Amino acid sequence: MINSLFLINPSGEMFLEKHWKSVVSRSVCDYFLEAKEKALEPEDVPPVIHTPHHYLISIYRDKLFFLSVIQTEVPPLFVIEFLHRVAEMIQDYFGECSETVVKDHMVMVYELLEEMLDNGFPLATESNVLKEMIRPPTILRSVVNTLTGTSNVGDTLLTGQLSTIPWRRAGVRYTNNEAYFDVVEEIDAILDQSGTTVFAEIQGVVEACVKLSGMPDLTLSFMNPRLLDDVSFHPCVRYKLWESERVLSFIPPDGNFTLMTYHVNAQNLVAIPVYVKQSISFFECGSDGRLDVTVGPKQTMGKTVEGVMVTVHLPKTILSINLTATQGSYTYDNGTKLLVWDIGKLNPQKLPNLRGSLSLQAGAPKPEENPSLNIDLKIQQLAISGLKVNRLDMFGEKYKPFKGVKYITKAGKFQVLTITASINKYT
Amino acid sequence: MSASSAFNDEKGGSSNVGEPEYGHDPASGGIFSSDYKRHDDLKEMLDSNKDSLKLEAMKRIVAMIARGKNASDLFPAVVKNVACKNIEVKKLVYVYLVRYAEEQQDLALLSISTFQRGLKDPNQLIRASALRVLSSIRVTIIVPIMMLAIKEAASDMSPYVRKTAAHAIPKLYSLDPEQKDCLIEVIEKLLADKTTLVAGSVVMAFEEVCPERIDLIHKNYRKLCNLLIDVEEWGQVVIINMLTRYARTQFLNPNMNESLLEEGGGEKAFYGSDNDDDTDDEEDKEEKEKKKTEATAIVKRKPYVMDPDHRLLLRNTKPLLQSRNAAVVMAVAQLYFHLAPKAEVGVIAKALVRLMRSHSEVQYVVLQNVATMSIKRRGMFEPYLKSFYIRSTDPTQIKVLKLEVLTNLANETNISTILREFQTYIKSNDKDFVAATIQAIGRCATNIGEVRDTCLNGLVQLLSNRDELVVAESVVVIKKLLQMQPEQHSDIIKHMAKLTDNIQVPMARASILWLIGEYCEHVPKIAPDVLRKMAKTFTNEEDIVKLQIINLAAKLYLTNSKQTKLLTQYVLNLAKYDQNYDIRDRARFIRQLIVPTDKSGALSKYAKKLFLALKPAPVLESPFKDRDHFQLGSLSHLLNAKAGGYQVLPDWPEAAPDPSVRNVEVKESVPEWTKCSSREKRKEKKADKPFYSDSEGESGPTESADSASDTASGSESGSGSEESGSGSESEESNEESESASEEDEEEEGKKKKKNVEKIKARKPVPESESEPSSGEDVKKSEKKSKPRIGSSESESEEDNDSESESSESEEEESEEESEEETKKKKKTTASKPPSKPPKKENKKEKKEMSLLDFDDFDPAPSPSQVTPLNNFLSSSLVTDLEGLSLTDNVLSPTTIIPSGNLKTYELLHRITGEGLSVEYCFSRQPFSPDPHMVAVKIQFTNSATSEAKSLHVEDAKLQSGMRIKEFPEIEVLPAGETVSVVMGIDFCDSTQAANFQLCTHTRKFFVSIQPPVGELMMPIFMTENEFKKEQEMLLQSLGQLMGMNEITEKLTLEEKCQGEHAVVQRVTTAANLSRVPCGSDKECSPPVPPPPFPIHRFAGKTVTSGSLVLVSVVTKEDGAAQLTVNCEKMVIGTMLVKDILQALTQ
Repeated sequence: MINSLFLINPSGEMFLEKHWKSVVSRSVCDYFLEAKEKALEPEDVPPVIHTPHHYLISIYRDKLFFLSVIQTEVPPLFVIEFLHRVAEMIQDYFGECSETVVKDHMVMVYELLEEMLDNGFPLATESNVLKEMIRPPTILRSVVNTLTGTSNVGDTLLTGQLSTIPWRRAGVRYTNNEAYFDVVEEIDAILDQSGTTVFAEIQGVVEACVKLSGMPDLTLSFMNPRLLDDVSFHPCVRYKLWESERVLSFIPPDGNFTLMTYHVNAQNLVAIPVYVKQSISFFECGSDGRLDVTVGPKQTMGKTVEGVMVTVHLPKTILSINLTATQGSYTYDNGTKLLVWDIGKLNPQKLPNLRGSLSLQAGAPKPEENPSLNIDLKIQQLAISGLKVNRLDMFGEKYKPFKGVKYITKAGKFQVLTITASINKYT
Repeated sequence: MSASSAFNDEKGGSSNVGEPEYGHDPASGGIFSSDYKRHDDLKEMLDSNKDSLKLEAMKRIVAMIARGKNASDLFPAVVKNVACKNIEVKKLVYVYLVRYAEEQQDLALLSISTFQRGLKDPNQLIRASALRVLSSIRVTIIVPIMMLAIKEAASDMSPYVRKTAAHAIPKLYSLDPEQKDCLIEVIEKLLADKTTLVAGSVVMAFEEVCPERIDLIHKNYRKLCNLLIDVEEWGQVVIINMLTRYARTQFLNPNMNESLLEEGGGEKAFYGSDNDDDTDDEEDKEEKEKKKTEATAIVKRKPYVMDPDHRLLLRNTKPLLQSRNAAVVMAVAQLYFHLAPKAEVGVIAKALVRLMRSHSEVQYVVLQNVATMSIKRRGMFEPYLKSFYIRSTDPTQIKVLKLEVLTNLANETNISTILREFQTYIKSNDKDFVAATIQAIGRCATNIGEVRDTCLNGLVQLLSNRDELVVAESVVVIKKLLQMQPEQHSDIIKHMAKLTDNIQVPMARASILWLIGEYCEHVPKIAPDVLRKMAKTFTNEEDIVKLQIINLAAKLYLTNSKQTKLLTQYVLNLAKYDQNYDIRDRARFIRQLIVPTDKSGALSKYAKKLFLALKPAPVLESPFKDRDHFQLGSLSHLLNAKAGGYQVLPDWPEAAPDPSVRNVEVKESVPEWTKCSSREKRKEKKADKPFYSDSEGESGPTESADSASDTASGSESGSGSEESGSGSESEESNEESESASEEDEEEEGKKKKKNVEKIKARKPVPESESEPSSGEDVKKSEKKSKPRIGSSESESEEDNDSESESSESEEEESEEESEEETKKKKKTTASKPPSKPPKKENKKEKKEMSLLDFDDFDPAPSPSQVTPLNNFLSSSLVTDLEGLSLTDNVLSPTTIIPSGNLKTYELLHRITGEGLSVEYCFSRQPFSPDPHMVAVKIQFTNSATSEAKSLHVEDAKLQSGMRIKEFPEIEVLPAGETVSVVMGIDFCDSTQAANFQLCTHTRKFFVSIQPPVGELMMPIFMTENEFKKEQEMLLQSLGQLMGMNEITEKLTLEEKCQGEHAVVQRVTTAANLSRVPCGSDKECSPPVPPPPFPIHRFAGKTVTSGSLVLVSVVTKEDGAAQLTVNCEKMVIGTMLVKDILQALTQ
């Protein structure tokens, strides 16, 4: 399966390599680097590259390329999914996944990789099992380690692999037993220039933070599970019970995990929390244009819309802009032509507005493409789909846990299309 | 060893220091001298006595390895630490060894003995890690040692060690392919393993070592299907991919008869299948004939019926579409695409669309597969059209793929939406993407005739685009489109001709000129004029345009020489003196060809043919066409080229191979005579499968010796029992394997003994599994599955066979599974008293062999079976079902409620039914063809004046999971007559209505049957003690089980129903439960003071899933009472409480 793994930074340096079968020379990465050179953006590098003797499957994540070398047939998604798991594991262990972090914990990352794959086939990918074998670093422990000269490798032998539940280790103890669930919903939408919804759907995810002693068996039920159209679960969730009763019954992993992701039925009309009035126009003759954007709340169920941000990729031919914002501030990068307007909280009484003039390069024709506005927003304590957790029951343990549910709505890929109007200067 | 290694190390070390470091590693070359020093101090640290120093050194060394620097010169110093006590140091040494052992084979040998010791360690984890490292050291000389270690580990007690053994197999194979035969034996053995931990790894080994040995899978097929959901994610992917290939070789194409499939479809096919499949393979013609005649018209109407194993695979993989792992979802999707009947493939679309919201790499792969699928099965993705709309933020490669999918999905109805989308895409910044969009428009135009003109017009407008790429692409696409319908294009050509005045892009101009030349006969007036204009500007044109002007001139000269002769001459003259020699050459050549002179040879005669030959229209088709001959989801599919190690997905077989190869003998301790038939059968099979018996360590004699008394082997059952099966096989026919298996046998025997001892020490109750972890597995399965509750009743009882049976049959709680379970139980009870007349038994056994455990569902119930309690089969079934919970007490059939007071419901009123009135009631009798269905008695009364003909059920519209077993067609119902039939409905333990059409020869009536919740259960018998125990146990173990709910209500009984009899009657009328006789177990338990208030208890279980339903009513003074319902199905529980409350209070 997976022969080797290289971690490559954006400038093309291979700063970690791990081989599970025979060693593959670094030069194999040249094919990848070549493709990377060709691509304009790192995302444009093809995930699968065919070289004379190997196949290179890579992912780009957290500004790092994870490049695996494959020699024989293997489902590409298998590798891609695994590489993402590696990135998640690094994130889980060290708080973030970045070049510096990996370089600081080289040996530990290497050991993790050793445990995760055996002969190129995934062996232990559950974080709970790995943490049994290789303890994540903490400040306290690193102090102790330097004093005593021990490392992070578990000195008790693992038991996780052998427990009946691969994702949970035995003997978890907490003084405060707590279980928190975040219901996070993202609105993916495309609105056209008149404000009508071309496409909208809601993606949700239930993130859990469960710190419970022993082997708790939880049942989470929703008030309105019929809303959920398509779901995917953490392996701990019992499928059958969901099928028959629409409840989530599971023995949770210890700590943070994604319990489920869902998609809200497309037939339900999606409430769009904001509206955007915009016009970007250029004068028919001359090299000037005008931009005018107003954002206002629409269907917010009485909650405040926060963290509103508007991002616009302006046409390449724009030379400079001169705008004023009634609220928040804007930044403009002339190199990438990226305009970011950070509004913050939306005040229904006084709608934020950004307007001003655009000047084009002299002699450049009127831009043809329509820049689209990407909107970012956040609404606390609201799941826009109306999904509500009904109750959480715990079985199997005697104590009473603290329970909590939080709802957040965010904008996912939220786009507003524009039309660049041409206006006659003299009217 | 330590002394010698130390010595060696000193020597080696010093010699190493003396030698210059060769430039293996350019990075270290730079700081040559300092590097030296560092390595020196590393060696010192490694030699020291302090573990902390060693650890520090090892960490630095591993960091070097991780950075890709060469640390091989430290090998001698490192290798001697392999026996270090400190586990952290040891781990790092292992890491080092695995990396460098191949380069320093001789020195690596020093470490081998440590691992060999580790292999014998009592701690399973040490054994496993020793094997892991030993097998990772790529040193050819130790192959025999590895082989031995793997063999031993494969029969290790610990499933974790066995998993490691499975991982080691491909390692050894890649090191020494000659070991293949030996390794296959190990694989075969591990394939029979029943733990989920091992399953994924061994299938992976199978795929790498011997993917062609599909025959090894037969016996394990059903087990793999059933284990699948609990295997870890990565194993699931590998198993599903392998099973896809397997199914392609073993089953028939479900789509071979599509029209028939549509009416048959789904579950129904499954039930009809047993008979048909088996008859196909039955040698006995007579029996075949007999069965054929037995089978009713239904079977004849459907030539294709799905093999139950095929269905099993589809059903067990379906829930995995909900996996969080994209690879698993993709694996299931490709399985459905390649194996499922057309009507069922649709379920994967939603899951695939979900994956599109994942990382862009995942999207990339998924879209490639969706693109391929959408060519064959467009309808599947049509509802998700909008999910493929392109966002400006998508990477280009994703955009292009989405465009491909959109194009594939385009049809008459959605084309206008799609074209509108395309219009916005054309304005994108991303020029590659715009070009792809134009091509996509071209393809839409060719595929959908209605929009061809719109597309053409749109494209023509694009010709005036500023971007050269856009124009060139448009012209190319227009050119292709015009070639397809040459009769209509004169308008567009005229339009394009006009454009020549404005368009300056040379490529576009050239293309237009080519078009005019090609179709000059369609635009006879304009063409010469264009040539005239071009002649004027000839000298200023670009070269490609000039070439096309010459071309145009030549074509016009040939068709319309009268008007263009002079012009052509002029152009050719201009070309003659052009600076570009290509153009000069071309001009000279064309002049010779078209202008007839004396010198011009034979060619000029054919000039017209040369120039105006009909050019074939280019075909615009998807690059993903026919890609599905590669297994979807594979690397080969993605690259559209065969990758190394790709296993071709075979075509469906013409006729299905013998399905009985997948049969697994369920019992081991069956008396000799019951096995006879099966042995014979096996022998036949073996004849054409010579590999089959070179197997297993466990051979016949050991087995039979054990099985007579041994609980361990006796209880090793179900899918695992193929061990014994093959064992007996080898005994029968493969004497030569005897000697080979002898040593294994010995080991096996030892192990057995050990296991037995362990079991005895651990538990008084014999467990079904002998190994600790598998025991845990069973526990897990108990936690996971509902039927566990039912079967766990028997746990404390002596019926250890049936217990092991049920624990083996895994987590699945699907109906079919539990059917199988009851089936097996039945057999257990049947085979238990071996002294009974063998005749009957034999018959039964035989039936079992031929009908794959499913003999209960007769696909064509004959009318006599409709009244189930009368016939032997179903009455025995009732006993068996009851036997589930029964132990020593006598069953009391008197508690079955009389069927006299059944409530009838109206299905069809006399008036709406045009004289036909239909009523139904729930007969509360087990439905014999399928015990998981509720029997519904339907009574037809024909009060019309004419007779009604061919009454039957059609077109059932059911909620998912629900099934109907229709009653046999009533051919004639004379006027004034009444007839009753029984049909079965599986309501899936829900009160949702079953809708279907009731048809007569003239009319169709839509009707629906909605069951009261009380009818969704059937009575079971238990004693008071059992009842309490059950209630208590389930409440206690709430956490681990699904949460058996308890609902309690206080109520006041109506005056009339305060008596015991009245309460019992009302409850049993409201729900199909049986009363638990009270006080029946006074003898066996210590005397209990009589309860202050009478308690009435009722027990039952739901029909579909067999979940227990326990009801108790405590009556107190003054008609006060308390009602308690225990049922793990919350919904059923609540509804039942409501119903009983109503019954008791009104």
